[in-house]
Amino acid sequence: MLIHATVNGTQHTVHVAPETSLLTLLRDELGLTGTKNACEEGECGSCSVWLDGELVCSCLVPALQANRHEVRTIEALAPGEELHPLQDAFLATGAVQCGFCTPGLLVAAEDLLERNPSPSDDEIREALAGNFCRCTGYQKIVEAVQVASGRAGLLTAVEHGKVGESARRVDGIPKVTGAFTYGSDLRADGMLQGVTLRSPHPSARIHSIDVTKAEAAPGVHAVLTADDVPGKPTFGLEYSDQPVLASDVVRYEGEPVAIVAAETLEQARRAAELVEVEYEPLSVVSDMEDALRPDAPQVHEFGNVLRHVHILHGEPDTTEADVWVEGYYETPMQDQAALGPEAGLAVPSEDGSVDLHVTTQWLHVDRQQIAPCLDLPEEKVRITLTGVGGAFGSREDIHVQIHACLLALRTKRPVKMTYGREESFSGHVHRHPSRTWIRYGATKEGRLVAADVRLLLDGGAYASSSPAVLANASTFAAGPYEVPNARIEGTVVYTNNPPCGAMRGFGAPQVCFAYESAMDNLAAKLGIDPIELRLKNAVSSGSVLPTGQVLTGSAPLREVIERCAAIPLPEHAPLDAMTHGVGFAVGFKNVAYSEGFDDSAEATVTIEVGPNGLEAQVQTAAVDYGQGLYTVLAQIVRTELGIEHVVVLPSDTSAIGSAGSTSASRQTTMAGAAVLAACREIRAELDTNGAAESITRTVTYQHRVTTGFDEKGQGDIHVAFAFIAERAVVEVDEELGLARVVQIAAVQDAGRVINPQGAEGQVEGGAAIGLGLALMEELQLEEGQVRNGSFTDYLIPTALDVPPVISGFVEVPEPGAPYGVKGIGELATVAATPAIVAALRAATGRVLNRVPVNPDDLLGLRAPAATAGRAPIPDVPGQQPIPEYLGMALGQQELMKAR
Amino acid sequence: MDVLTPYSLDEALEVRFTHPEATPVAGGTDLMVDLNARRLQPTALLDLSHVDELGTWQKESGTVFVGAGMTFARIARELTEFPPLADAARSVASPQIRNRATIGGNLATASPAGDSIPALAAYDADVVVASSKTGMRRVPLGEFLVGPKRTSLAPDELIVGVEWQSVTRPGSFVKIGRRNAMVIAVASACLQVDDEWHGVRLALGSVGPTVLRARHAEEFAEDLDWSDPATLVEFGRLAAAETQPIDDRRGSAAYRRHVVEVLARRLLAQAEKARC
Repeated sequence: MLIHATVNGTQHTVHVAPETSLLTLLRDELGLTGTKNACEEGECGSCSVWLDGELVCSCLVPALQANRHEVRTIEALAPGEELHPLQDAFLATGAVQCGFCTPGLLVAAEDLLERNPSPSDDEIREALAGNFCRCTGYQKIVEAVQVASGRAGLLTAVEHGKVGESARRVDGIPKVTGAFTYGSDLRADGMLQGVTLRSPHPSARIHSIDVTKAEAAPGVHAVLTADDVPGKPTFGLEYSDQPVLASDVVRYEGEPVAIVAAETLEQARRAAELVEVEYEPLSVVSDMEDALRPDAPQVHEFGNVLRHVHILHGEPDTTEADVWVEGYYETPMQDQAALGPEAGLAVPSEDGSVDLHVTTQWLHVDRQQIAPCLDLPEEKVRITLTGVGGAFGSREDIHVQIHACLLALRTKRPVKMTYGREESFSGHVHRHPSRTWIRYGATKEGRLVAADVRLLLDGGAYASSSPAVLANASTFAAGPYEVPNARIEGTVVYTNNPPCGAMRGFGAPQVCFAYESAMDNLAAKLGIDPIELRLKNAVSSGSVLPTGQVLTGSAPLREVIERCAAIPLPEHAPLDAMTHGVGFAVGFKNVAYSEGFDDSAEATVTIEVGPNGLEAQVQTAAVDYGQGLYTVLAQIVRTELGIEHVVVLPSDTSAIGSAGSTSASRQTTMAGAAVLAACREIRAELDTNGAAESITRTVTYQHRVTTGFDEKGQGDIHVAFAFIAERAVVEVDEELGLARVVQIAAVQDAGRVINPQGAEGQVEGGAAIGLGLALMEELQLEEGQVRNGSFTDYLIPTALDVPPVISGFVEVPEPGAPYGVKGIGELATVAATPAIVAALRAATGRVLNRVPVNPDDLLGLRAPAATAGRAPIPDVPGQQPIPEYLGMALGQQELMKAR
Repeated sequence: MDVLTPYSLDEALEVRFTHPEATPVAGGTDLMVDLNARRLQPTALLDLSHVDELGTWQKESGTVFVGAGMTFARIARELTEFPPLADAARSVASPQIRNRATIGGNLATASPAGDSIPALAAYDADVVVASSKTGMRRVPLGEFLVGPKRTSLAPDELIVGVEWQSVTRPGSFVKIGRRNAMVIAVASACLQVDDEWHGVRLALGSVGPTVLRARHAEEFAEDLDWSDPATLVEFGRLAAAETQPIDDRRGSAAYRRHVVEVLARRLLAQAEKARC
């Protein structure tokens, strides 16, 4: 139907289909992409706009109801050159990270201030509770609204900040105006829309796929199946075991089976529904312990064990201890729930090459996986980073990349693919569910003498980064403590659950929940204060870990613990019927890649005289998906070269070599070091030869070499370590089993803080994700099928769930790292979960050995997670991932053919 | 897909009669979720947003009528003399949703977790429905709700509003969920004291196929001393016994039953406190 709507003061006459939402009208028809689509369920608030002056979720307004009404969007918040005071406040307070939620939050915050010019904190959180943010933990957003309302002073981030200053984000202004282009905002002339047909079965044989009807459907340009993949049929981050499109079997619910490109999204979806796939359901391996049974169905023909890590240090089997504690702990599958959906635009060239603009964490390793599948040399696949709306590990693996390129090359038209929220739950890897059996032995004075840990991770249907996640979890499993005798047996198995891989913490959160829970048990058994017990056993520089690795870098764990414990507790009186509890936890994690991985980052810095004097440009292929890396790189250039005006160029595989992934808390160290080195070369050139028109230097930085595990799991496995202590205060309604976190205190070992406001933002946001894991986040699986793959039922914390986080940093420089930095992205997630659960135990006295803790657990309506005994140690050839022994670098399908 | 756009209630009922296949849409907050996910692909929409009669409410000679098109934001703002309903309206999702979602839509969706329904049940409300052929009728809420997401609305009828005898005594509503905002009720309860202070009406959400009334508990509490701890305990026990909860992804049956026991006890104690 034809409608007349006034949008931001301009009258539009447009044709809309009855089912079209106002969101689609704004974004696709009017090109107002500042309004974001992150769920289309009215849960997340990213699509907030005003309709006749009322705040609404535009995804739930039928566009036809905008007929003869007035719509106002983020684009109208500050129509002129000047920013709106709220936009400025968001930038000044560091309330913007990935920025995907920012337009919706700004609209909701402005709506609040129009009705209530000086809201209290509670009123702010209440008003913004319908706007999810996955990056910030909400605290800086609340501060921004306080600032805009005039209640708090302007906590101004510095415009051209240097190292050590809270520099304003280099990408901040487009993020607050809605102009920043994310993957889902991309458009190209003549663009087709691509969709994926996914398996409804977690395990099935495919007997036939008939695309005849789909191909004949209106607007369809291509329907592709496994037979249409011109090159290598599989891909994978570490092992190429995942089919581009399933051919003979599907191994998880949601596995891609066919892809379609059509003129419109609606046509592509309709066509996908017309693809006829004949499945024969097979038995499902849904439980990670079942996967280890000798009679278990095999997820892959070569077995269900993906990797086993065996670490033996000292003589744990014969060590005598005064006291032993033993525990069993479970963690669930957690979703990264980045607000920006997976998206990409593939543009074919006449020479048969392709340009891909995509949301990712590592451009070059994407290309390494994409090109062989397309049967193209790498230089014919050019990848450019587009705006990324958060990631948290979910974009380390391939999502739309290969599919969009295949469709573009086939149709010779640009093809755009964007996942909706439900598809996103199937379209990326998750955090591994875990089961941990842990045993600590200690002297009666509280000194640890032995640790014995059995660890099982559910890797899901494909390898992804599971081998590395397992290595991490295994090496951290005895905690950041001096334990002279340790045995750690870690296994990751294949199941027919959705594939698991990287998520913030990468194996560390699972074991941290186990070892910190066990430490609290030990403290209770010994009658020692839990903080004192941790101080007594904390590692420091020179300590030896269970892998035999000596901590050669900075390890100020004791100071971290003491500083955190000294943060004042909140002044509050618990409400009626509420009991409160305080919990404490420490955690540690590696920085950068491990196990001998050849890890590097390349950067180019150019200085030249521009119209405004000397300017600098920084080029890397590194990804900033919200945490502020580009701002950090600019700060380094300003500091080293004294140049205020720094341009960070877009990340692109054609422009420069790999920077490695933005993950593993590594990019400030890696890309930062490369930029620093390039700057210092320029500085040296300037010092030697004086100013020139233009100087360019490219440097590749490599961190120190690490090793793999020997047969006893010994080795110099990790590059560097960082530590954290967190304390949580909770209130529990013991009759209703409801818990509220009142305060989180966190002190982190940061080496050197480059951007204090940004660092706080990482801690606040990281803690919020750990809180989610403690209290509500769990992808529920039943026989391999996801029961809650939507924002309605996969709950992430809102502004009313995340308390104020008080953060602090201990700065003891890490030798060899630029300015002594340590990555800070992951740790706050790691220790928040055990700290909160410890607080819940303190409040209720319950045994809580499983997260998320639900009301049934707090009431004793559900028994603690039980175990029939430790999972068996699989019979494996050695420490390497099993596919390695089978020559699986080839890829699963080639391997099967070769047989 | 066609769109039918009436501009008055009479016109809307006429269209409803001639196009019973058309899916009515008011605020769209439930329907659009299904349309966006392609779970529903109706052949036609009946857009009720221009039927102004539905967007009103009034209190006349002891009877309160709230039009089906009243949004939860307006209910929360304008019906403050009915705290349980106003509180329930405030507990709906987010400000964005409350500005759009209507009480008529909540009734039409007929979810056992519908936030406004326990309050209406505790008011002994009637749903006012109308058809162009058979005219208007008042359906007791308990007869209107026949199952999870099922109502007794005839294909040619529309929900015009909801009506109840005004209550003057205290009442309260509590909603329980896994997080502090944006949550579908795992359980909810509304207790309303009757005008003579003799008894209470207790309605329970998300613990059965429809919102339930805890009749046994209500009968038990009649004329008893609500300050007596034993009375409170028994009231809670009876209420819990009347639930028919299920285990689902949002909560366990055992928890739902337990919560009802606690809430019933607390709400009755609260009512007693309000009397003193």
